[in-house]
Amino acid sequence: MSATPYDEMHAGEGAVREHYETFASWLARTPAEDLDRKRAEADTLFHRVGITFTVYGEDAGTERLIPFDIVPRIIPPAEWQHLAAGLKQRVRALNAFIDDIYHSQQILQAGRIPAEQVLCNGQYRPEMQGIDVPGSIYAHIAGIDVVRAGAGEFYVLEDNLRVPSGVSYMIEGRRMMMRLFPELFALHSVAPVEHYPDLLLENLRSVAPPGVNDPTVVLLTPGAYNSAYFEHAFLAQQMGIELVEGQDLFVDDEFVYMRTTRGPQRVDVIYRRIDDDFLDPLVFRPDSMLGIPGLLAAYRAGRVTIANAIGTGVADDKSVYPYVPEMVRFYLGEEPLLANVPTFVLRRKDDLEYTLAHLHELVVKEVHGAGGYGMLIGPAASKEEIAAFRERIRRAPERYIAQPTLALSACPTFVESGIAPRHIDLRPFVLSGREVTLVPGGLTRVALREGSLVVNSSQGGGTKDTWVLER
Amino acid sequence: MLSRTADHLYWMARYTERAENLARMLDVNSRMSLLPQSAEVVEQGWIATLTIIGLLDAFRQHYDTVSSANVISFMAFDRDNPMSIYSCLRAARENARAVRGTLTSEIWETLNATWLEMRTARPSRFAAADVGDFFEWVKYRSHVARGVIQGTMLRDEAWHFTWLGTYLERADSTARILDVKYHLLLPHGEQVGGAADYYQWSALLHSVSAFEIYRRVYRDVITPRRVAELLMLRDDMPRSLRRCMSEVYMHLQAVRNSQSLETERRAGELHASLHFGRIESVFEMGLHEYLVRFLGRVRDLGDRVSRDFLVSAD
Repeated sequence: MSATPYDEMHAGEGAVREHYETFASWLARTPAEDLDRKRAEADTLFHRVGITFTVYGEDAGTERLIPFDIVPRIIPPAEWQHLAAGLKQRVRALNAFIDDIYHSQQILQAGRIPAEQVLCNGQYRPEMQGIDVPGSIYAHIAGIDVVRAGAGEFYVLEDNLRVPSGVSYMIEGRRMMMRLFPELFALHSVAPVEHYPDLLLENLRSVAPPGVNDPTVVLLTPGAYNSAYFEHAFLAQQMGIELVEGQDLFVDDEFVYMRTTRGPQRVDVIYRRIDDDFLDPLVFRPDSMLGIPGLLAAYRAGRVTIANAIGTGVADDKSVYPYVPEMVRFYLGEEPLLANVPTFVLRRKDDLEYTLAHLHELVVKEVHGAGGYGMLIGPAASKEEIAAFRERIRRAPERYIAQPTLALSACPTFVESGIAPRHIDLRPFVLSGREVTLVPGGLTRVALREGSLVVNSSQGGGTKDTWVLER
Repeated sequence: MLSRTADHLYWMARYTERAENLARMLDVNSRMSLLPQSAEVVEQGWIATLTIIGLLDAFRQHYDTVSSANVISFMAFDRDNPMSIYSCLRAARENARAVRGTLTSEIWETLNATWLEMRTARPSRFAAADVGDFFEWVKYRSHVARGVIQGTMLRDEAWHFTWLGTYLERADSTARILDVKYHLLLPHGEQVGGAADYYQWSALLHSVSAFEIYRRVYRDVITPRRVAELLMLRDDMPRSLRRCMSEVYMHLQAVRNSQSLETERRAGELHASLHFGRIESVFEMGLHEYLVRFLGRVRDLGDRVSRDFLVSAD
């Protein structure tokens, strides 16, 4: 793939892409002091609103601000239409896949995916086998990570089908931009994203257990010390639903109740932001203090909907990722609109040999890793790091996949030395219920360190507002 | 609403109110300490304050001398003292953070901003002017918090639990502030004796923002009996025991559940005794004895509220 990254704003020497022209001329005529002042204001506002995330490891329990960059990432209408269609298609196929896996497993019988790849995967939950869920929807909320590479084509880098986070930064980022630069929104017709919580609530209500007319929806959080707690509180508030912890819920006779000041109240839909492992200490990790004993029994009896469903990890595991285009063909009978990044599956002998010989030019990821932990970026790694990683791969090749180093697209970003291109990705949020919907946009993450390709907030990434233009 | 949510709201309000009342007590005493008087009198004033807050022993474990600087350092800025203004504002913010989904964003932002500012507050050498400004700031932030709650919060259960916390805390605090006089002015009976005494009673009125109110209501010299009447029995005095209990009773009625009737009855009984009580009988019983008994009943109500609503069983 090409070494020079695709620049979102510029088309070569000094030429500005059409959809960035209005912004570029605004930027050129706005005095630098004004921009500095606005950036400082953004910092103060984010602190006051308390948009923070908790850092694990170093200085545990501290809250840190995610850096916000004021140069928006702009997507022209035609590109978005293509992207949105591709995302909906992909999520439909993923839901069909999970439903199939927990029922008749036709795709395995057809030999389109090796059965042991799925059934021996740690994310496969035998407890889910044969359970019917409302609407056959499993991944109600999907965060699909998309990057642009080469000459600007989109690739899906990763599907997040368990508890994808980041949508609150999308909404708060937009609010911040509208507060700081109202004039920019007068100059552009930017598609709105702030109705996301409405769509989400509607979506959650649409998957309530059959026969429940006015479902009670709650958001289940691990608590105030979780890294994404801000988002949990934000979404619960925006949807007007209770933000509950495991201790607030209990199961009686296979119904789920929350403890209120007026006694127990029935709960019909749980939007959970807790991993499968912690949901029910009777079935999963017995030491979990976060979950609700008996929840799985209530779930199996069809008395409560859990969103996302238990066991969706079987479809977003990095070892299953290479087969998603095949799922689109198998379940929908369509050609995938969005491409996967070419992926070497190291449990395959050929792929393993190729990878070990080309470690210096590949990105190697642990199949169960998340958040940018435990990966090797070949071109940026030292000889020692590569040697150490080679050993780790040899010991357990099935735990890794490898991909070519993508020249992620870059977007102009404020850095210490002024404005410079930095690599970005995009996480749109796809909602599945009675229908499949998504708001135009998503969370754009930016790697603030020069040359860095890691955009995760835990690894020094920042965010940008994402503008989908309506014309 | 969730019992846990109600619990956090209740304590958010209590800690906010407590920080304000601490600022009021400390402010009055640090102003008093500037009057021309002997060092022992100043020391006595601080000892009385620490005694009614219940932290005299804890203070002595950390400091050898009872001076304005030491007490203010301990009661305002000490991070390890769970009853300092610093700790109260932190606790108010932590409780708010735990239920920020239930709060309006204005309420959360107000408490969070207060905490962020408190975290960096460091008056230089606790100069009198500086700490005065600091106490004003604490009161001001408490006013802002109440105003934002008043102005933005839905009148639902969350609202009632928030005010329940506020008024129980305030009732407790006003009673304690009055009780200081017992520790300070034991020998004096009815008469206000001497300039220092006058300043102490008027300082007490100032500490509950009641000096001008006293003048308007009584249009006369300051007497202990009337000060006590104003702060205990008057319904129109926003920080009086009667006003506080009237609010507590009202908010309790609004959140009534199947097990809270006895709590409601006790609150009503306490309110009625203030409503129909006369200041003469209070003094016959002895002001200190009366206040001690009142504090016990307020504590009992607090415990019962926790049991009835906040930590429910399955």
